[in-house]
Amino acid sequence: MNNNRQAHIYEILETISDPEIPVLSILDLGIVRDVICSNHDAIEIIITPTYSGCPAMDAIAFDIKLKLLEAGYQHITITYTLSPAWSTDWMSEAGKQKLKAYGIAPPQTLSSRINKMLFETEENIECPRCHSTNTQLLSTFGSTACKSLYQCIDCKEPFDYFKCH
Amino acid sequence: MMNENKLVSSTLQLADSALILGQRNAAWCAHGPILEQDIAITNITLDLIGQARNFYQYAAKLMNEADNKNETEDTLAYFRNERDFKNYLICELPNGDWAQTILRQFFLSTFQSLLFEKMMQSSDTQLAAIATKSIKEIQYHLKWSSEWVIRLGDGTEESRNRILAAVDYLWMYTGEFFIPAAYEIFNAADLQQDWLHHVAIVFEEATIPFPAENQFMQTGGKTGMHTEHLGFIIAEMQSLQRAYPGAEW
Repeated sequence: MNNNRQAHIYEILETISDPEIPVLSILDLGIVRDVICSNHDAIEIIITPTYSGCPAMDAIAFDIKLKLLEAGYQHITITYTLSPAWSTDWMSEAGKQKLKAYGIAPPQTLSSRINKMLFETEENIECPRCHSTNTQLLSTFGSTACKSLYQCIDCKEPFDYFKCH
Repeated sequence: MMNENKLVSSTLQLADSALILGQRNAAWCAHGPILEQDIAITNITLDLIGQARNFYQYAAKLMNEADNKNETEDTLAYFRNERDFKNYLICELPNGDWAQTILRQFFLSTFQSLLFEKMMQSSDTQLAAIATKSIKEIQYHLKWSSEWVIRLGDGTEESRNRILAAVDYLWMYTGEFFIPAAYEIFNAADLQQDWLHHVAIVFEEATIPFPAENQFMQTGGKTGMHTEHLGFIIAEMQSLQRAYPGAEW
């Protein structure tokens, strides 16, 4: 019974998207840590932020509560946890494909291998439009905390890269 | 109880430093030298405010558990007075020009990267979690600000003069990182050599002469003795909540 309830809740969570990147569900992004269904009708959803200052977290928590209330659930608790810290390694493969189709290059380096050498940039990031890897970093900081700005040298298109974290 | 107060004060010190520097950097929004760098400094601001929120939320929880208070991250940020703030003095100094803002960010990011590595090993699991969450953000800030210090120092005559003037102005505020306040649970004194070493590497690349040893260092921020600048920041930052307590967007 609890397992059914949990599976149903996961189906609902799959329909909730990141407000800043609407093609990604919060499950694709890897920010839902756990769904705990007690024997009574209490539900606890545990989520973790991508970045410390991610302004989407409050909106996401609100959306979760709203969607679950609409589905008839009550006694919903949303708990934030910081540990273990989210990293881009947690993004699902399906999520990466959706990002690419949306025009954002998905993270392609393991979180532990972020470049720390000065003036070193992540290279061979694939342009989501023409698929060339002849691209260059324009700025490490982009339109949201999780993105860098790149440009394709071949097709000239500037594009967002979901940076490794 | 004594330890509890130390933990609360240390957490507030970390929160205040992140908040005040965030508030300062935020003033660059729409005033950056070029669009990409305007976006960079405001992204860094967002990370700093995020760190501040995590520390304030934790401090509020500790205070409420200990004394049956009703603190929140907002009451701690918006309803404490100047003397209650424990931020490093360097965070409250004016932005000055781009060189001064960049150099301050570089000094603080270098220090934070060392302090937060240490905090990640803390027996306090929440502080360790906040540090682990923040460290990769700080590494991005450090890389970006280091590259800019080098670009300015080893750039044009104009950029070089500006970064040298920034070194002259800011250097005396860097000693405070390493002089522990009585309440501090992380002793940063033993991070000083590493900090000097990291700064020296970047200064050498930037062709910036390393400041002489044993210079006079300003202190006081960590114990609430601030420069005249903090009062103005707080007046602006808190005015809305003081006038309309609890106001929300």
